[in-house]
Amino acid sequence: MNNNNGANKSFIDRLKEIAAGFGLARSIILIFLVFLVVLALFLKLPMDQILSSVLARFGMNGILVLAMIPTIQSGTGPNFGLPLGISCGLIAAVLSIELDMRGFEAFLFAVGLGAVLGGVSGYLYGLLLNKVKGQEMTVGTYFGFSTVSLMCIFWFLAPFKSPEMIWPYGGNGLRVTIALQDRFDKVLDNFLSFSVLGVKVPTGLLLFFGLFCLLVWLFMRSKTGVALSTVGANPRFAESCGLSVDRYRIIGSVVSQALAAIGIVVYAQTFGFIQLYMAPLFMAFFAVASILIGGATLKRATIWNAIIGCFLFQSILVVSMPVANVIVADNLAEVVRIIISNGIILYALTRREIGGDVR
Amino acid sequence: MSRPRLEMKNISKEYFGNQVLKSVNLTVGDGEIHALVGENGAGKSTLMNILFGMPVIHNTGGFNGTVLVDGRPVQINSPEQAMSEGIGMVHQEFMLLPGFTVTENIKLNREITKENWASKIFGKKLESLDFIRMREDARKAIKRMDLDLDEMLPVAGLPVSFMQFVEIARELDKDNLKLLVLDEPTAVLTESEADTLMSVMKKLAKEQGISILFITHRLDEVIEVADNITVLRDGEVVAELAAKDASVELLAELMVGRKVQIRPKSHKASSATEVAMTIENLYVDMPGERVRGLSLEVMKGEILGIGGLAGHGKIGVANGIMGLYPARGRVEVKGYGEIKLNSPISALKSGMAFVSEDRRGTGLLLDESIELNIAVQAMQSQNKFLTKGLVKIMDRKSIREHANKMIKELDIRCVGPHQLVRRLSGGNQQKVCIARALTLEPSILFVSEPTRGIDVGAKKIVLDLLVELNQKLGMTIIMTSSELGELRSVCDRIAIIYQGRLEGVLPVDASDKEFGLLMAGELSHHRKEAS
Repeated sequence: MNNNNGANKSFIDRLKEIAAGFGLARSIILIFLVFLVVLALFLKLPMDQILSSVLARFGMNGILVLAMIPTIQSGTGPNFGLPLGISCGLIAAVLSIELDMRGFEAFLFAVGLGAVLGGVSGYLYGLLLNKVKGQEMTVGTYFGFSTVSLMCIFWFLAPFKSPEMIWPYGGNGLRVTIALQDRFDKVLDNFLSFSVLGVKVPTGLLLFFGLFCLLVWLFMRSKTGVALSTVGANPRFAESCGLSVDRYRIIGSVVSQALAAIGIVVYAQTFGFIQLYMAPLFMAFFAVASILIGGATLKRATIWNAIIGCFLFQSILVVSMPVANVIVADNLAEVVRIIISNGIILYALTRREIGGDVR
Repeated sequence: MSRPRLEMKNISKEYFGNQVLKSVNLTVGDGEIHALVGENGAGKSTLMNILFGMPVIHNTGGFNGTVLVDGRPVQINSPEQAMSEGIGMVHQEFMLLPGFTVTENIKLNREITKENWASKIFGKKLESLDFIRMREDARKAIKRMDLDLDEMLPVAGLPVSFMQFVEIARELDKDNLKLLVLDEPTAVLTESEADTLMSVMKKLAKEQGISILFITHRLDEVIEVADNITVLRDGEVVAELAAKDASVELLAELMVGRKVQIRPKSHKASSATEVAMTIENLYVDMPGERVRGLSLEVMKGEILGIGGLAGHGKIGVANGIMGLYPARGRVEVKGYGEIKLNSPISALKSGMAFVSEDRRGTGLLLDESIELNIAVQAMQSQNKFLTKGLVKIMDRKSIREHANKMIKELDIRCVGPHQLVRRLSGGNQQKVCIARALTLEPSILFVSEPTRGIDVGAKKIVLDLLVELNQKLGMTIIMTSSELGELRSVCDRIAIIYQGRLEGVLPVDASDKEFGLLMAGELSHHRKEAS
């Protein structure tokens, strides 16, 4: 009955099963990545640099991808409203400069304050999501866009004074990009960092990402986390367990937006710049695409989905950039990024939700 | 009448190995009103789906048997074909566009059009509507029912009964209509509206020769309006009789019927005098199963059955007490006190557990493992299966151990505790539900429709399990079921619900006739008459 008679199965069937388990999208992406790497080797591109870049980008984007897990698990879908949490993180980062903090102090301040602001915004965002059940993704997307526009006004009007952040030639508002050179640029990346065969390993960054993976893993296995997943899996069942569906959806949103705020601070730290104004506009899409490539569905996501997805997505971007530059001599990487991220989201949206059941 | 309007011969149908219709015969004559009665799950809707060539039938392997219209065998593979054979159907849920007028609804997708300059260039699709002729047709159709209804009114504001008439008018407007099927036409109507509908039905059949096949639960209507009656039970025709020979009691008896032999068992519980739970004046707002002021006492250590016809609220009782649907009233549990209604957590804390009739909707996390399904409710309401220490997380080991124990004790057939519940058979899914409830270590267990949608062998196992729990652990069990035979085989007493209230409590060995009377609400009727 349960297809346990493995001996009778042909090799092809097994291959098909493995492919089905791994997921079509992930397989295509993986094949594409292998193709790019082979091409890069063939073109004699500097692999050590490419690999260093992969590690750095993997670490810097990781927490933003982790932020997708609580909302997916609580049934509100991937957090397309990510720019809200990101904006909170940016406010915290900008404040750390305004208060003239440096190094780890500045970084931890930004992370801590960002998490708090993100949590508060997540609560309010959760209230909104509970009013638009069934439409979370669409509403979230436009909410994210609106937030970015609204924040543009904020960056323009906010009374910051630090000369590093305001326009050097006068005028109103903060700069579009703020350099972190003397602040917390690469404090994590350089922490315990070492090089192997020319590949720079950003130990601190990876450790920090690992720590958050562990924290999210623990959270998802706590009583609250299990309740949150139950609410997402079957709200009626959750109610019969005495769980308040609305409450756990809000908790999912709070955790997600707090992670988004932390994630953007880590991102800025590796990148070396704080990007304001329109920069966060499409960040949600890249994070959503990453976790979906990692094998998550719109209803179920695991830590491994986030880790694998983030690695695959970032690898492709990093490898495709120099390859495309050599072959087409144009900035094709950005195009590739948009095609992949939008393509994978489209694929996930059109897929029938069967929760991994292929029968 | 040599050739009956419709004949369905030896119709059999299987859904995934589950026989839902067993060589059913149905004959409807010219101008006859034929009633099809039966409990939920008796196979009425499957039979109608076959008649209408619904895709669900063909997607699940078709059916066996023949359908004859006017003595001529026909192959009906789609609803369109059914319509071209002159079969019209009025569904339980109205298929009307609220913002459109009566005329537009009647003529929907069969509009009369006339040419204009655009259609001359771009083709027929752009022809304009010929409202004058459409109105005439609509008026004619309404006239045939002897109704006075402005055909240009929007449907949105009409009373429910008129919406029903618009649906019927739409079918009447089809020129070839020979057989009209009405699926529970009176379910949403008030009594006087239902009377109007029935006189319309009579008029259509007797004066215009249209055959009517109608499906209903309301037995008094059947006797009033029908010529002949077919009773379905468990996918079989148990009786075909003329309405003049039928009575409400007889029909009720036939519908519920005795199927399972009553097992002789030790009735130690019947002597119990201690009350386990008192329900006073319970109202539950569960759509389709409303409870309207139920009072009942449950004895400690008994298996109490709750029976009654569909739609009378028996399902609502457990759902209301467990806080899944809005409820008011008073429910007191021995040793806990009054529980807070509308709060599942309060019900769980008082030592009650619930195995829902909506197994796949409310009862299970289909895409999660067996072990998680079993553990999650106890984890959330009783803090079980969590590790000790500062950071409390899910204790996989104890969950696995407990699941293995349950799988063994309840004999859940599966690959292992990690298997997804979706892949289990109905019977095994039900066992997972029961395991989940048992994990709460309840003193009172509600079980609703425990054998719905599971095969015969598994039915017996599930019922035996309930008896065993009752006898070994002394658990008080309240079992709701539409199958009276099933209730009689395991329960100590059976409470019959009629129109949301307790009609009476019977011992299991009461006669079919007594059960039939209570289910048909005869007692209430007499009481009403007496007062």
